[in-house]
Amino acid sequence: MVVDVKGVHYAVGRREIFAGLDVVARRGRVTAIMGPSGTGKTTLLRLITGQTAPTSGEVLLWGQRVATLRQRDLYALRRRTGMLFQNGALLTDLDVFENVAFPVREHTDLTEPLIRELVLTKLHAVGLRGAARMMPSELSGGMARRVALARAVVLDPELLIYDEPFVGLDPISMGVIVRLIRQMNRVLGITSIVVSHDVHELAAIADDSYLLSQGRCVASGSPEELHRSESEVVRQFLDGVADGPVPFHFPAPDYRDQLLGVDRRAQRGRAA
Amino acid sequence: MSSAASRDGLLTGALRRVGAVAVFFVAVLAQCVPALARPRLIVHQVYNAGARSLIIIMLCGLFVGMVLGLQGFDLLQRFGSEDALGVAAALGLLKELGPVVTALLFAGRAGTALTSEIGLMRATDQLTAMQMMAVDPMQRIVAPRFIGGVIAMPLLVAIFNLVGLFGAQLVGVQMMDVDAGAFWSQMQGAVQLNDVQEGFIKSVVFGTACSLIAVHEGYHTEPTAAGVGLATTRTVVTSSVLTLLLDYILTAAFL
Amino acid sequence: MRPNRALEIGTGLFVLLGFAALFFLTTQLPGSGVQVGGASGYAVTARFDNVGDLKTGSPVTLAGVRIGRVTGISFDPADFKAVVTLDIEKRYDKIPDDSDASIQTAGLLGGKYVGIGPGGSETYLHAGSTIEFTQSAIVLETLVNKFFANFASRGSAGAPEAKEEKQP
Repeated sequence: MVVDVKGVHYAVGRREIFAGLDVVARRGRVTAIMGPSGTGKTTLLRLITGQTAPTSGEVLLWGQRVATLRQRDLYALRRRTGMLFQNGALLTDLDVFENVAFPVREHTDLTEPLIRELVLTKLHAVGLRGAARMMPSELSGGMARRVALARAVVLDPELLIYDEPFVGLDPISMGVIVRLIRQMNRVLGITSIVVSHDVHELAAIADDSYLLSQGRCVASGSPEELHRSESEVVRQFLDGVADGPVPFHFPAPDYRDQLLGVDRRAQRGRAA
Repeated sequence: MSSAASRDGLLTGALRRVGAVAVFFVAVLAQCVPALARPRLIVHQVYNAGARSLIIIMLCGLFVGMVLGLQGFDLLQRFGSEDALGVAAALGLLKELGPVVTALLFAGRAGTALTSEIGLMRATDQLTAMQMMAVDPMQRIVAPRFIGGVIAMPLLVAIFNLVGLFGAQLVGVQMMDVDAGAFWSQMQGAVQLNDVQEGFIKSVVFGTACSLIAVHEGYHTEPTAAGVGLATTRTVVTSSVLTLLLDYILTAAFL
Repeated sequence: MRPNRALEIGTGLFVLLGFAALFFLTTQLPGSGVQVGGASGYAVTARFDNVGDLKTGSPVTLAGVRIGRVTGISFDPADFKAVVTLDIEKRYDKIPDDSDASIQTAGLLGGKYVGIGPGGSETYLHAGSTIEFTQSAIVLETLVNKFFANFASRGSAGAPEAKEEKQP
């Protein structure tokens, strides 16, 4: 088990984001974490990578509690982890080659020819060897994400985390990314966690799926199991229904009352 | 951060900010030692903060010097002492105008560039990405920029002073016919090494303060486009006020 | 980070320039450093009892017109007089050799300068000649002290008059 999230509670101020969440990512598998926007999927990634600590419960990465690690130990874990950010998060003042070479230069003392070989191999794997001297600002969204992927795997991590890898991509780029994620997992055996709400793409690559809603895990299992699920929440999410357990309306006072001004009068009464 | 800050009153808010900057200062200083092991990164930042500000510093130095020459001449000739123009210009530049004007320009030119650069890195997840690559952005990004600023400032001030003296000389000697010999010899007679030292210490302190504010605001930028703009504005305002405040304190301390 | 040649050269230039400026400010400004113009005429010397705060570079004037500058101040260990070297521009080569030199103050706050009072001789000053008649700097403190001393002695002893003091 690479990642083990056990009974995690997490709150920002008074707003509770997770109320007892359990998620597990097994070695060599692709774990999909799905859920409507605003359910804290990105927050979950922050918890897993130790960027923030849970209010209670624990997050284990290779059996170590990330929340209580000292920075040096945490960074040691992170060197075994690659992460792909939503928009790539390439360093804007470095070109594509240097972006991919960045972790290598920071963490190893490899000679220049070796670095070159390593970087070009990884860039070739994502099909962008020809773009090595382009600047990040010249890349399309899909290309930037592929470069970021090359950078994430350049030091051969054991765990790869994808934060919304499909957002804002055209169908072709999306197909490319799906293929790459599968490739990284099947060929290199990298344990993967994919956070997304693109149900169909995830169904194609995920071994295990979790569906989060309103602070807890409402369903889990293989994509097929999820698709067979009768649960109302799962059905609403997978089928894209506008109203259901996840309400269409944001919590608000009664519509008729508000239109008739009851609300305002009530407030004034309370103020007095 | 802002949501938390808005909870505080004006006084507690200000207090919190001072505290945050102080804590950040210590954190940056702690990272300066490992950062010094990579001089190439620092060279890059000395270039960004210093060499790129050179033109504007020299231009402003020239004009400030020329104004000093003009005003000083007008004032001194009323006492028939226009020969003292050199002293007046040199002391004015060395002790006050050089460090202060350079610091204000530095805040506007290099400080804002630093803040928006780091702020954009924050807004586009570059800093987080670095942390995820097990690279400490405090050490890789913040510390070299801070050190670069601290190194660049005294050099910029020295250049500003020199160009300013040239400007004062240009107006005083070339245009107003103050005697060149009197201009320089009186200057050399009256200016003490202490005066130069005072200006130098001021420039180092201002460089530290302005660089610190710039990287602090950048590092704690609200990760949005509006946040970057706001942080940049705050850098200029805070650096300027802090510079003038420190200037008073230092001047009082030296007297 | 790969080395960037242009950037490093630019930084090098900047740092060099900065240190040069710093060096100039610390070494040249305090004390006598800069020589303005340099010697361009002929040098004559004048010996004074006291030069006050006359500096090298101070102007030399005749009838209020600047004709040269002070290029050197030292003292003669034999008689403890100050030896001031004056560099006078070449075009002013008809200055009588019995002229006198005095150290004067420009304005209330101004610096000292050397004023030349022309004499009546038919021979003129030339390179290496010495001005014989000199009047030293008026040191304000000495003057004030003397004034008060006179005032006090006249007031207390009822002396008819204090002896007229001559400028030394």
